[in-house]
Amino acid sequence: MTYATSLACRECGREFPLDPLHVCDFCFGPLEVAYDHDGIQSKISRERIESGPRSIWRYKDLLPVDDDFIVDLNVGMTPLLRADRLAEQLGMRELWIKNDTCNPSWSFKDRVVAVASSRARQLGFKTLACASTGNLANSVSAHAARAGMDAIVFIPHDLEAGKVLGSAVYNPTIVAVNGSYDDVNRLCSELADNRHWAFVNINVRPYYAEGSRTLAYEVAEQLGWRAPRQVVAPMASGSLFTKIHKGFQEFQRYGLIEETPVRMIGAQAEGCSPITSAWRNETTNIRPVKPNTIAKSLAIGNPADGYYALKTMKRTDGGATAVTDPEVVEGIQMLAEYEGVFAETAGGVTIAGLRQAIANEQIDPNESTVAFITGGGLKTSDAVVDHVTQAIPIEGTLQSFEAAFAEAPEAVGVGG
Amino acid sequence: MARRRVRFTFEGDSVTEPVIYLVGHEFDVVTNIRMADVEHDFGWVVLEVDGDHDEIDRALAWVASKGVRVDPVAGDVVES
Ligand SMILES: Cc1ncc(COP(=O)(O)O)c(C=O)c1O
Ligand SMILES: [Zn+2]
Repeated sequence: MTYATSLACRECGREFPLDPLHVCDFCFGPLEVAYDHDGIQSKISRERIESGPRSIWRYKDLLPVDDDFIVDLNVGMTPLLRADRLAEQLGMRELWIKNDTCNPSWSFKDRVVAVASSRARQLGFKTLACASTGNLANSVSAHAARAGMDAIVFIPHDLEAGKVLGSAVYNPTIVAVNGSYDDVNRLCSELADNRHWAFVNINVRPYYAEGSRTLAYEVAEQLGWRAPRQVVAPMASGSLFTKIHKGFQEFQRYGLIEETPVRMIGAQAEGCSPITSAWRNETTNIRPVKPNTIAKSLAIGNPADGYYALKTMKRTDGGATAVTDPEVVEGIQMLAEYEGVFAETAGGVTIAGLRQAIANEQIDPNESTVAFITGGGLKTSDAVVDHVTQAIPIEGTLQSFEAAFAEAPEAVGVGG
Repeated sequence: MARRRVRFTFEGDSVTEPVIYLVGHEFDVVTNIRMADVEHDFGWVVLEVDGDHDEIDRALAWVASKGVRVDPVAGDVVES
């Protein structure tokens, strides 16, 4: 049974029932799920969590869904890798990679969609919807298939076929909108109000956002029940970033881990960095931008949770970084070459952001640090295809191989 | 009748123009401000616009033509 009790406005605190609502009727502030903390406290323990399934559902006491409605694709409990080789390159002492490329649809979006689709089912919805060209659409389509729900995905009409495939294979309804980004945005906001569909990141957004907290829970558990001192996470809307911090705070509140401060560092691409710009200008007023970066999964020009991400940075003595597209590619390469993890551009932003944060002294290289890698590399292979190792052509003879080897020994083998 | 919840973002000269006042005069819509934060050269206002569906579209297009950015209150909902 869930301990979620209501939706509470983050601005004025007014409470609403656990309905498909996302903004406060009074002040239009965003709504967030509120819980019965005493109820959770009385039930939760390390042992109870450890005896649960190896997925986000081991934390179901902290999620806003009742058991009977869970849509289970076995999301979460992704590897936390100690990254000593990358740490050495960066001059760090203790670096960890949370490898969320290992989710069913290869991105962290499975966490938020797992919770959104489950709650949608509990709310009686038969249809999941979203507007997305990538990770979100993939995850919504996969979860709808798993749950036997309908999915409807809105995409811009000029999206390449290759990008559609990761959703299309699950057989959702795909609507290609002939219009600008802003047109699609407006249309979907209106549809979310008019149709009985669960638009995962609109009318059920409060539930959806809760899924990201599981990233912090898992990291704390995988570190042997402790929080890291520092975190680097990518920011698009800023929701993931704020919810990771919330997750660590909750574990502290329930006595599952010690109360240690966690410094939160956000990472964006320079070509779409409204949150980092506001941070650098020391304002909480975010100026919307028109995105222009290869880090498409982070390209949100008008971030819904940017203000809260800024507050999280401020409260945790954290900060924000913005990296160039070439740095993003380098970040992807470093992570692949030193740790064997192939990330999409968002992961490149995280690694490049980590590097920048060390250079700017926003991160102490001697303290434990977790970098969140939120999506798999095959999703954005165009970004690196021209930068990776090329094959050495030879004939199928030993002689030909030896000749090539003599020319480029370092490329052909280790130690001869 | 329809109702739309939007965020206007003002920058530069548009900050000082009485756009919200004018839109209620030029079009058959009623505006109701819920939250706002305006600095000298930048600001945003979150408001509700009531009226006929198409009239709201025309009114918001007019606001945008004045150099004001118009977004749904929930921020960008299209994800890549
Ligand atoms: C791979 C990846 N990482 C990070 C994010 C950031 O998510 P948020 O919008 O919660 O900041 C996204 C979402 O769009 C994403 O697709
Ligand atoms: Zn409110």
